[in-house]
Amino acid sequence: MAEFNVDPYVHLYARRTSGMSASEVRALFAVASRPEVVSLAGGMPYVRAISTDDVIDVVESVLAEHADAALQYGAGQGTPALRTRLALLMSEEATEADPEDIVVTTGAQQALDLIAKVLIDPGDEIVVEAPAYVGALSAFSAYEPRYIQIELDDNGMIVEHLEDALVKGARPKFVYTVPNFHNPAGVTMSRSRREQLVALCREARIPILEDNPYGLLRFEGGREPTLRSLDPHNVIYVGTVSKVFSPGVRVGWAVAEPGLLQRLILAKEAADLCGSSFTMMVTERYLSGERWRPNLELLVGTYRTRRDAMLAALVDHFPADASWTHPAGGFYVWVTLPDYLDTQAMLAAAVERRVAYVPGTAFYPDGRGRNKMRLAFCYPTEDDIAEGVRRLGLLLADEQELYRSLSG
Amino acid sequence: MSERIAVLCGGHSPEREVSLRSGHRVMTALRSKGYDAFVLDPGEEPFFETLSAARVSACYVALHGKDGEDGTVQRLLELLGVPYTGTPPFPCQVAFDKVLAKEAMRAAGVSTPPWVTVQAAALRDLAAGPILHQVTERVGLPAVVKPSRAGSAMGLSFVDREADLPHAVMSALAFAKAVVVERRIDGTEVAASMVGSPADPLPLVEVVPKSGVFDYAARYTPGATEYFAPGRLRPEVTAACHQEAARAFVTLGLRDVGRADVMVDAQGIPWIVDVNTSPGMTDTSLLPMAAQSAGLAFPDLCERILQLALSRAAPADDVSG
Repeated sequence: MAEFNVDPYVHLYARRTSGMSASEVRALFAVASRPEVVSLAGGMPYVRAISTDDVIDVVESVLAEHADAALQYGAGQGTPALRTRLALLMSEEATEADPEDIVVTTGAQQALDLIAKVLIDPGDEIVVEAPAYVGALSAFSAYEPRYIQIELDDNGMIVEHLEDALVKGARPKFVYTVPNFHNPAGVTMSRSRREQLVALCREARIPILEDNPYGLLRFEGGREPTLRSLDPHNVIYVGTVSKVFSPGVRVGWAVAEPGLLQRLILAKEAADLCGSSFTMMVTERYLSGERWRPNLELLVGTYRTRRDAMLAALVDHFPADASWTHPAGGFYVWVTLPDYLDTQAMLAAAVERRVAYVPGTAFYPDGRGRNKMRLAFCYPTEDDIAEGVRRLGLLLADEQELYRSLSG
Repeated sequence: MSERIAVLCGGHSPEREVSLRSGHRVMTALRSKGYDAFVLDPGEEPFFETLSAARVSACYVALHGKDGEDGTVQRLLELLGVPYTGTPPFPCQVAFDKVLAKEAMRAAGVSTPPWVTVQAAALRDLAAGPILHQVTERVGLPAVVKPSRAGSAMGLSFVDREADLPHAVMSALAFAKAVVVERRIDGTEVAASMVGSPADPLPLVEVVPKSGVFDYAARYTPGATEYFAPGRLRPEVTAACHQEAARAFVTLGLRDVGRADVMVDAQGIPWIVDVNTSPGMTDTSLLPMAAQSAGLAFPDLCERILQLALSRAAPADDVSG
């Protein structure tokens, strides 16, 4: 008799990896990525809107003028020229940042990871929204926090609930929020909630981690101030060029107070020495001058039209007892179905009908969200969106009929 | 010149990912044995054209789930006259459908847990929902609810309370048009595998999932399940498992290779809960483990299965005649 060890490392894995397991949902996404499936699942930017000529031009000039630096290691903090550009990008949302307070990261995702690495000890409490961005949950979970989940409504995080939690003795290391065009909920935090949140956290001396990937993708209405602009000293800001330029260059950043910034830079250097000098220089060059503005306008126009197509299709095809958010920007619509429908269980049937979405449970650390789904309108064409939503609507009608029959 | 072998894997089924892992591993193994093996993914490439152009000596079927395990691909291969590994079309179709397979096993007196079949059409068109409580009366609780046509424990759930049955049935119906509600057998889970013929069993592999449930995550996350090969059953119970599995293989007409999932209850009685015509060949799969514990290394295992297919090829000089 022998015990079979299929993985000789199995007794060596750190506890922090225990949540990393194979899943049926992940397996279904392997089928959902096939071309005949309309994927309303992934949040992929519509990079075709970026002018390839512009990018070729930028890449050629970087290599012609700075090949030595572009092909070499760089500083862990990122090049001063790029940091200056990123600070200017933040000023588009009336947010000031000193380029010296910025660390460039490999996408905003690495910023989330580094911040968690620097701030979270196992068992520490942190606050996240319910629902919360799944990538942030993955990054944070590796450091074994305890989550305090604060519900959202159409005006963003319900700050009173956070206040209640603090009164009851919660002492989170930070409060994580996506205030603009939330992923997955699509909602935007109102001005008054922003002021409330900033005041509450300042008073309680709990830093806010503001994740703002979609801020410049506004379709309508007036811009809300960033949390960072309301309280520069108590808000750690995370940004990315993935949505205004390209996720392929993997350029994001964090803005933090000097002490925290130093630790983030050291953590960044420990993780990967430095970001890609080449893509940092390409990004810097792309964002210099004005060429990015018309491209961004094109993107915003495209996403607005697609959002409209999705909202119209939902009205046409989804059941009367479903509800959904109306995003004023960003990538996502968040759908709430009747309690008895389980979007995770339904995913296989959806894929069989050639449409995919992300089940709500992905966005909660505790298995909630079974009757929710995230629909992304950023990547598919309007026709595909209409067709995808139609297929989902037919599936939901069948599921409801089935449920009614089963509940007799 | 080495023989050209297409390893069929991937496809469109929910088990696409598992199948790709099986297929790439088989391809590497066959190459190490000197075959000119390549992967052919019917989900990516035009299956018919690629295969016709490639002039292969045989196909190694490492597809799992619908199309690949239900006889569809096998029928095409028969039509093309390409030898392939594993079970012929009709037995595939029966074995892959748990409703048909269980009916066939019951008719032949093979031990399989009592069950009731619930069809989506009965619920939708005949408004048979209210009959559901009779299902639990017939089968008893706890029960296992599974799609008639799916693998890797996808869509499967355990039901302890009658109130949970509707949700479990709906979840399983996401994968198929019918579900099997089966009495849950508590005890030891083992996999009984064969290579060659039902008379050639491989050692049993005992499966001990740490979560208590051998679900998708327990199957494909290394470390989530402990495996013992040979299993730690008493010799007479081991023999009974082999015997029951062999009867299932013969009843369902399996060829070359197969794996039966067996629950052994507290009395030592084996119950066949599933039969697979295209068992997983991944690094956490049960049949390769069984082979290894019998001293049959993975490349040798793959070659042996392949040779069975090659031996069915018509001699070259017969083709023109």
